[in-house]
Amino acid sequence: MKRKWIGAAALVTAVTLLTACSGQSDAAAPGEKVTLTYANWSEDQTPAMQQIADEFQKANPDITIKVQTLPWTEYWSTLQVGAAGGTAPDAFWMLADHFREYAKGGQLLDLSDTVKSNNIDTSVYPKAVTDSYTYDGKLFALPKDFDTNGIWYNKALFDAAGVKYPDDTWTWQDAQDAAKKLTDPAKGVFGIAAPIDGQGGFYNTILQAGGSIINQDGTASDFGSPAGVAGLKFWTDLQAAKASPTLEQLSDTEAVSMFENQKVAMYFSGAYWALRFHNDAALKGKVDVAPLPQGVKRATVTSGIGNAGYAGSKHPAELKKFLAFLGGTKAAEIQAATGTVLPAYKGTQQPWLDSMPEYHLQVFIDAIGYSVPLPVAGNASEWQGLAAQYLSPAWSGKKSVQDAATEYQAAVDKVLAKK
Amino acid sequence: MTDLATKPLRRPTGRRRGVTKPSGWWGLAFVAPATIGLGVLYVWPFLSTLVDSFQDVPAFGPATFVGADNYTALVHDPEFWKAFGNSALYTAIALLGVPVAIVLAALIEQVGRGRAIYRVLFFLPVVTLPVAIGMVWRFIYNGDFGLLNTVLSWVGVDGQFWVADPRFTIYAFGVVGIWMGLGINLIILGAGLSAIPKSVYEASALDGAGRVRQFLRITLPLLSPSIFFVTVLTVIGALQMFDLNFIMLRGVNNTALADSKTIVYLFYEKAFVQFHQGYGAAIAVVLLVVIMIATALQFRLQRSWVFYD
Repeated sequence: MKRKWIGAAALVTAVTLLTACSGQSDAAAPGEKVTLTYANWSEDQTPAMQQIADEFQKANPDITIKVQTLPWTEYWSTLQVGAAGGTAPDAFWMLADHFREYAKGGQLLDLSDTVKSNNIDTSVYPKAVTDSYTYDGKLFALPKDFDTNGIWYNKALFDAAGVKYPDDTWTWQDAQDAAKKLTDPAKGVFGIAAPIDGQGGFYNTILQAGGSIINQDGTASDFGSPAGVAGLKFWTDLQAAKASPTLEQLSDTEAVSMFENQKVAMYFSGAYWALRFHNDAALKGKVDVAPLPQGVKRATVTSGIGNAGYAGSKHPAELKKFLAFLGGTKAAEIQAATGTVLPAYKGTQQPWLDSMPEYHLQVFIDAIGYSVPLPVAGNASEWQGLAAQYLSPAWSGKKSVQDAATEYQAAVDKVLAKK
Repeated sequence: MTDLATKPLRRPTGRRRGVTKPSGWWGLAFVAPATIGLGVLYVWPFLSTLVDSFQDVPAFGPATFVGADNYTALVHDPEFWKAFGNSALYTAIALLGVPVAIVLAALIEQVGRGRAIYRVLFFLPVVTLPVAIGMVWRFIYNGDFGLLNTVLSWVGVDGQFWVADPRFTIYAFGVVGIWMGLGINLIILGAGLSAIPKSVYEASALDGAGRVRQFLRITLPLLSPSIFFVTVLTVIGALQMFDLNFIMLRGVNNTALADSKTIVYLFYEKAFVQFHQGYGAAIAVVLLVVIMIATALQFRLQRSWVFYD
């Protein structure tokens, strides 16, 4: 029955999308009370978001901010249907890979003049993140936070295997050797987690091998190129050496959980796990972070959440005011002090570092220097969804990396070729 | 005489009109809430979906008419056929739940006092959140630490990655589907069973029929209308399976998803993840047609096996 309802609901929502409603009205009269909604998808970050909203309301008593938390699984469909139907939240979190569709579709408030009138210096944000929220030369979202990648590692497992901790001198070879040495089948311990993961995984290694993932004008990928294959091989080699749990194991128990359960010694991922590891009593004193190893060069992808406004909002003037506040130092400091995330605003990150002094979190900030924006060309959601399908055979060793990469590239390029 | 012969011909029609007209309006007023509800929630969405399926509908902005392009693409899309096959397989497995439900219903009917307890136990999954069901079964099926593999290891059977290994995913889902549908099926079949007069059983017992014979010759034929109903519901429900895919695979980045998409999941992915709403609409329309054909076929076939007294 439930399934039927979901089907019916899906049909209904599928169609609701058609009701393109442009509900644009004037700014509220002075002194009039205005309520803005601010949507996010993270239970963990909601307290910080609420604190930011409270702070804003203190300075703007006529504007009430309602913080809305949607489950991640529903966030994008709700936002999409809401935007098309004229009922989207006023302010909401945006991700680079969804951004283009919204900007192209005219659903986002152009913040270029807000930046000017509020004297916001956009150079305080990592350029890679600001770039990913720029469309047609206009800025549509102010970076809220950012993440780069590093090696999260379990010191206890390194000590037990007598392996030196990773540091900034590490090369690919060092990482591979350590992963093999750390693997202990008897104890069910693996050196590293090697899932099919772009952002924490093969995007970084392809860049480190000198590849580009997607070319400059977003028309083709380079997964099948020598650099692309080398970047993928970094991971498939670890699979072949059984230094990582298999894809099936990583599907049943996510890599981060494996790391938390101390079943893997290294996990390449972002700063966003810091708070979770910090709060995990079992990991106390056992975890630290180091820069990603170098290939031909040093590289990491970076992305960040942006705070965007709905073009169909009934109160664009107040909304811009709120968005400017979200992009400012106060909002950044609240995020940093609560240890919530790494704020995008330069110079506000120290409280975040101080909130978890046991980790070398500076690694993530230093990585901005060699970071590259997460590739989001074309219909990103569509081509990103192809990775598991095309790369699984390479990960499990059923197909050569070159063959899988070539087919993967062909499939991605087909998506990129669509307008 | 001629006067009389012609007049009655006209009068009744006039009178009928006079009587039926007001009652017709009343009737319309009474059914209006349901009609409007159906119209807004079903007919209009359906018609819009149908229109969408002949259009290229971007995430935002105007749609463009593309004729049958979406359908042509669908026919040539291996992903669609794979999803179709997955849904068909899942439906076939879910149908195995019908005989299970019949036997269980008959057994529960035999239970004297605790009957309600059994019904509640079997009904629990129906009123449980799919998310909770998905999480529990993910734990049961977990290849490394799962309950199922632990139990299997006691009897010396090697465990498998029931969900993460695409060879097993749909079967694993089928079992969950049977379990989820059992509650409703048992209620319907239980009602059907209690409607069978006891006297029939008594008469057959006098004639020397045993339990099994009674089940085959009395219970099954007299229960067949309920069985038919349950079968139709199961097929429709199974063809629309979506939540297990969504919760147990997508929500947790399970790589088996690539091989285990069902039709409705594919619809969701195309329309809501990849912004191809026209293509998604075409999938929805095809699914509707498939369900209609499957249901019509069952109504055709029921003539040969469903027994109405």
